[in-house]
Amino acid sequence: MPRSLVSRLLVPLFALLSVSSLQAQSLETQGLDDWASIETRAKGQTVYWNAWGGDANTNDYIDWVSQQMQSRFDIDVVHVKLGDTAEAVSRVLAEKAAGNDEDGAIDLIWINGENFAAMKKNGLLYGPWAEQLPNFALTAPDDNPEMRSDFTLPVEGLEAPWGKAQITFYYDSDRVESPPKTTRELLEWARNNPGRFTYPLVPDFLGSTFLKQALLGLIDDPAPLYAPVHEANFESVTAPLWDYLDALHPNLWRSGQSFPNSGSALRQLMGDGELSLAFTFNPLEPAAAVADYQLPPSTRSYVLDDGTLGNVHFVAIPFNASHKAGALMLANFLLSPEAQAHKQDIEVWGDATVLALDTLSEKQRQAFAALPDNPATLPIEALQRTLAEPHPSWMERLEQEWLTRYGTR
Amino acid sequence: MPSSYALGVRLAPWLTITLLSLPVASGLAGVIAPAFGFLPALGGDSLTLTHWQALLDRPGLGRMVQLSYVTGLVSAGASLAIVMLFLGAFMHTRVFTAVRRLLSPLLAVPHAAAAIGLAFLLAPSGLLSRALSPGLTDWQHPPDILFPGDPFGLAMIAGLVLKEVPFLLLMSLAALPQCRASERLRMARALGYGPLSAFLKVVVPGLYPLLRLPVYAVIAFASSTVEVALILGPTTPPPLAVAVLRWLNDPDLSMRFMASAGALLQLGVTLAALATWWLIEVLVRRLTRRWLSNGRRHNGDAVLGGIAFGAVSLSLLLILGSLVGLMLWSLAAYWPFPEALPQPLTLRNWTRAAASMGDPLTQAAVIGIVATLLSLALVVGALEAETLHQRPTRPWAQLILYLPLLVPSVAFLFGLVLMQIQAGVPPGITAVIFGHAIFVLPYVFLSLGESYRRLDPRWAHLARSLGASPARVFWRVRLPMLSVPLMTAAAVGFAVSIGQYLPTLLLGAGRVSTITTEAVSLASGGDRRLTAVYALLQLAMPALGFALALGLPRLLFRRRSGLLTSV
Repeated sequence: MPRSLVSRLLVPLFALLSVSSLQAQSLETQGLDDWASIETRAKGQTVYWNAWGGDANTNDYIDWVSQQMQSRFDIDVVHVKLGDTAEAVSRVLAEKAAGNDEDGAIDLIWINGENFAAMKKNGLLYGPWAEQLPNFALTAPDDNPEMRSDFTLPVEGLEAPWGKAQITFYYDSDRVESPPKTTRELLEWARNNPGRFTYPLVPDFLGSTFLKQALLGLIDDPAPLYAPVHEANFESVTAPLWDYLDALHPNLWRSGQSFPNSGSALRQLMGDGELSLAFTFNPLEPAAAVADYQLPPSTRSYVLDDGTLGNVHFVAIPFNASHKAGALMLANFLLSPEAQAHKQDIEVWGDATVLALDTLSEKQRQAFAALPDNPATLPIEALQRTLAEPHPSWMERLEQEWLTRYGTR
Repeated sequence: MPSSYALGVRLAPWLTITLLSLPVASGLAGVIAPAFGFLPALGGDSLTLTHWQALLDRPGLGRMVQLSYVTGLVSAGASLAIVMLFLGAFMHTRVFTAVRRLLSPLLAVPHAAAAIGLAFLLAPSGLLSRALSPGLTDWQHPPDILFPGDPFGLAMIAGLVLKEVPFLLLMSLAALPQCRASERLRMARALGYGPLSAFLKVVVPGLYPLLRLPVYAVIAFASSTVEVALILGPTTPPPLAVAVLRWLNDPDLSMRFMASAGALLQLGVTLAALATWWLIEVLVRRLTRRWLSNGRRHNGDAVLGGIAFGAVSLSLLLILGSLVGLMLWSLAAYWPFPEALPQPLTLRNWTRAAASMGDPLTQAAVIGIVATLLSLALVVGALEAETLHQRPTRPWAQLILYLPLLVPSVAFLFGLVLMQIQAGVPPGITAVIFGHAIFVLPYVFLSLGESYRRLDPRWAHLARSLGASPARVFWRVRLPMLSVPLMTAAAVGFAVSIGQYLPTLLLGAGRVSTITTEAVSLASGGDRRLTAVYALLQLAMPALGFALALGLPRLLFRRRSGLLTSV
């Protein structure tokens, strides 16, 4: 049997690689109440922060953060720029497989959704720690349950909120007079404007989100979506979505035969004038992109009438991070009113704050009110119509089904 | 000097084999084991074939395999045909000298940068379409045409051919003197053969064996490319390598198992493409035997020459157009369709990048130079040992040499990172240099090997008979005579190092940032202006390398022009 041969060759090698991968991860938890001692321990540390590096605005903001950390706390923050957050997950996984439980190369990861679910499930995270951060209370978590839940998965203190996202549509007002306000109107609009709308290739994050958004807009009773998916109800619940997409695809960009790779590629197509309607997960991105000369000045943003999906993005610490104290200090600073206000500035980055403004002092609130805006900016009230993310199992199942139906043309 | 020479010659072959085989073996184990269900960190501790079943059940798998396989063969075939016809029709002409000058530096353009440039040139909203709109086309908005990204992969094949033509041309230039092309050609011309017929019938049979390995490398690369396929390839479904990368990066970690199986399948597809090519070689040799000796002096020389000229000019125009597009984007603010030029031009993108590009540039240069020197020393040592013992490198050693080019690098690097952590090698610049050397070394060997082996042994015999020691022969005769191929090999190696993304990211734990890691992460964010700045910088570095490689020997040997073997 080839099987026995393979196992004879490989098992010893891999047994070697996987020793001690099941150790507990409760290091350092005892010191969390004593913030002063964390501050002392963090002094002089170098924190390796792995964060997606695809956006120059974000990178510049992280640069600013690292200058602040250096001058205020004597902590050196290094931005490790990733093309994809999964690269960091892979690294922690490889370290665990190799039995590296203390000297991990990553101290903090910008993360949410599926990547968080994967790390939590495989015991790759340090914690709980997030709720002990002094600034965590400013998010008023009891009134804002999304601070404690990442795609319906309980956070349990394993990651700290950093910014807010909500599906926001944007269009070129020179070419579109009245953009579609509901999922069904979108189909009508696409029929009248063939080739001017599309969504990113599933399973890209934003592409898959569009499937959930459309599904929520098409069904009357969303309740099943908030429980794990069952084969028994999958077909009946999702049938309206597939009918909808069957009708929509011929009217998409490239007749639905090709899709852009990501949300950024979608934005680029808007900038090139190939599309006249698109959407993003960052409500202030269209305004920031206009300020950055990437989108036409005639860009306008809005949220669908029946609401759009929203979620929060977080930072997490791997179980084997070498500089946990420094990472905690950094996560706390990211939640400070000053850092959050600077982040929401569309001339800096334009990422919506997670802080509850009524927990802040008058002066701190002023910093948010005084931020610049332009006509592409989404009015902040619009963000109230937030739909909660369905259970993560739906995303996976929807992606599979989409790939079977439309992945091969 | 002699003792270090002897030691070097003895050790180099073994060091080379260790440097390549150790990481490749563990990298392969890191693919094979999970493919059959074994990866304890993810709870896989028994051997199973279910992941292969899952792979086979993937929708569109057949189409993915087909795309990779066909792309590999067609792009290699087209590039080789263009290079051969062009050489045949234009060698020893002024057109040839001009094209050669233009094409060689273009080899330095990294695949990703060329693909981005080409996509922007030919897309419906691209430079070409802007230049013609709305005047000639009446387009106020870009038309909805599926190119690039066409389901047949034509755009992807075009992008690959564009990059491989300069590569094969450079490899041919290095090989032509070794197969005495000029002498053969003169003889055939004297017998009345047309220029192209003479080349095809008399030179190619001697030249092709020297080009075989570079051609195989082209097939392997084209059938497993990720960057070019991501930018120019179809999406529903993508070629296999892109799909494997997606599975490997899937947040659902249990996809790793199927991704590993997919990586092995990719290896199989690449090998199948190579085997097919080998069969075609045999077939062509059989079928052309009569034709070679049938005595016909002309075989549509003018027509074929015209086609070759057209193809080469087209590739030149496309590459130059892509570069112009990149430059314009790097100077653009908001640049809407159908304006043909960005207005106003601004240096904002450059100043913005300037703030943060110093470190990545120096890091990339240091890594590239050290990895290239290391590879060059090992390759020369190994080749010298071969020459000294008059014993060709054994087939298994040859295979090890080319494994890094054959195994899809995404999968193989995951295993490598496991080994790195296991061995306690800290992530950082040293690890990255060795990681680059794994990929640089095969290319250096590829570009240097044949020139080294074909160097007329009578020079060495002559020097020995005049009383020189083997070490002296090496330092005073062989190295100077090979200075041009050595410099070319170094430039190729440096260019390969500059282009590495995954090894830099994985082995450096992301802490080592080079111009390429910056470019790729920015490209994922889709700001074409900054991407253009970084792509231009990314191609400026190897271009500088090639300029040095071509210029330095001329400067050093201006009194010994006989060493500058020209075609």
